[in-house]
Amino acid sequence: MSTPATPAIGARKIHPADTTFRLSLHAAGAVVVIVLLSILAIMFMGGKLAFDTFGLGFIWGTEWNPVTQIYGALPAITGTLVTAILALCIAWPIGFGIAFFLTETCPEKLRTPLGVAIELLAAVPSIVYGMWGFFVLAPFMSEYVQPWLTSTFLWIPPIGDSFFWFTAPPIGVGMLTAALILAVMILPFIAATTRDVLLSTPQLLKDGAYAMGATRWEALTGVVIPAVRGSLFGAVFLGLGRALGETMAVVFVIGNAIRMPDSLMAPSATIASVVANNFPEAEPGTLDLAVLLALGFILFVVSFGVLAVARLLLRQERMS
Amino acid sequence: MLIQLARSLVTALAATALVVAPALAQDITGAGATFPAPIYSSWGEDYAKAGGSRLNYQALGSGAGVTQIINRTVDFGASDSPVAPERLEKEQLLQFPAVIGAVVVIVNVPGVDGTKIKLTGNVLGEIYVGRIRLWDDPKITALNPALKLPKIPISPAYRADSSGTTSIFTKYLSSVSPLFKERTGAGNSVAWRTGLGAPGNAGVAAAVKNIKGGIGYVEFAYAAENGMQALQLANGSGKFVTPTVPGFLQAAEQADWDNAKNMAATMLNMPGDNSWPIVSATYILVPRNPKDPARTQSVLKYVDWSFRNGAATADRLHYIMLPTAVQNRVRAQWATLAPAGKPLWPAN
Repeated sequence: MSTPATPAIGARKIHPADTTFRLSLHAAGAVVVIVLLSILAIMFMGGKLAFDTFGLGFIWGTEWNPVTQIYGALPAITGTLVTAILALCIAWPIGFGIAFFLTETCPEKLRTPLGVAIELLAAVPSIVYGMWGFFVLAPFMSEYVQPWLTSTFLWIPPIGDSFFWFTAPPIGVGMLTAALILAVMILPFIAATTRDVLLSTPQLLKDGAYAMGATRWEALTGVVIPAVRGSLFGAVFLGLGRALGETMAVVFVIGNAIRMPDSLMAPSATIASVVANNFPEAEPGTLDLAVLLALGFILFVVSFGVLAVARLLLRQERMS
Repeated sequence: MLIQLARSLVTALAATALVVAPALAQDITGAGATFPAPIYSSWGEDYAKAGGSRLNYQALGSGAGVTQIINRTVDFGASDSPVAPERLEKEQLLQFPAVIGAVVVIVNVPGVDGTKIKLTGNVLGEIYVGRIRLWDDPKITALNPALKLPKIPISPAYRADSSGTTSIFTKYLSSVSPLFKERTGAGNSVAWRTGLGAPGNAGVAAAVKNIKGGIGYVEFAYAAENGMQALQLANGSGKFVTPTVPGFLQAAEQADWDNAKNMAATMLNMPGDNSWPIVSATYILVPRNPKDPARTQSVLKYVDWSFRNGAATADRLHYIMLPTAVQNRVRAQWATLAPAGKPLWPAN
């Protein structure tokens, strides 16, 4: 810092409006934090009965039985993570492809309509995705996709004697169908964020690569991706965060079975779907309601963790 | 406490909004079970047209209905499952059946007429715990020697949402299949050992339609309105019966009303030539110590009017009226309501 000494701020008279403005900005910022913390606190307090009853075993308990009042969250946690990660594996390459196409090789004329189409995908209400998934995609999966997957991947050895990858009765709904729907739903987020990240690559770097005689592929893999690597991961994690919490669409296509899945196509449940299905009939003061709030708390913590990682990666990028 | 507040905010929003509205001061307010909501509302409209009070019924679910009548935020609560006697006692509530519903079993077996398939409760229970997995299982073919059942997996479908329909169905299976009782049990939502869950009657019906080898349970009203065909079940006499309205009525008449506590007579697996085995009443709850006895009396008047004049509407909506003898038992129960020593029934 070689700038000359700044004039002493304290010397200037501060207008009362400045103070008011500053304080109101602080208050606006504080609202977010207060709301977040109180949601977290209320979820935890409401779910305390569940944690008191089952201890930490609530998180890895595999039995979910409303009749005997034994609740374990692992089936719902598994369903949530598996569908979200599977959705990401499907949506990431496609989203990246769209983004790269839009920024690099897309004809100028097509750029705007395509961009709008992707944004429209994000505007479709999730219930519509759910019904489409249930009435159109699920029968298609059961008729064509699942039998093919089962017969093609029969050779993959099962994990232990309880998880058989793609060997399952073709019922159409299940984790795989849910993951496909989720992939379509998070695709626009990944595509849009990735496009913005790619656009932020300094043109100088790209020009340099092309000047060296690099092909588009070489410029992409050798220059653009290394330059924005962290931001790309950030884009992906934002999509993951959305997939983890999606509710209505998932309720329709996941098969709502709160037990440990025996294949990737098995019906399962996510934290959000379990809460949505059981909340209306859960009575105040009961363990039934407490476990739902405890599930909400777990989902909150998981989503928060995912977003924190995304922020961290995005920030690293900006600093380097 | 906060949670309770948030919850009642969500569930009571609609109901309170109606109570607040000015012109509706003397309206009857009710909340609870979704299953009888269409018939209660239709009866309410007819009753208002005939000069009675207007009804505002909020289909919030049985659990919410019980909570709201306990908190006395509505004039009556409605629940698909009877409330435990101790709880009725503690909360000073009178419970009586209002209308009857039945649950039927729908199937999708390629090449086979679903209405021809016969199952016993025990076999159905074993299907729903995953003990019987294929349609050509010897236990199923033994019951259906005339049918050519394919070797395809059975995919049982159930209600994903917590539901009174599930409660009736699992109570029935628990009463006829020891294995089901041991492994799953009865309740609004249970730990299903196999199959898939779909939201609502419509979801279960669509799942069965979509999946070859699917089997599912839906309310009779829903199946009838959508022209769905249901299979035959063995009843308490061991007779295979097709679900029909006379069959539901027969089951209701067979029930042991004399010894039923709080009128919660079981109608499951009744004997008879036509008795359908999965029949249940849905219940109304009114306070024994109302703040405003006139409001409770107007609930009774509404139900009485519906008992006398509501048969055509019930028929159109595929609900089943209580047998006349049972209606009279209900009225006899009303006569025991006497807040401050003044009987509410018969109303003048």
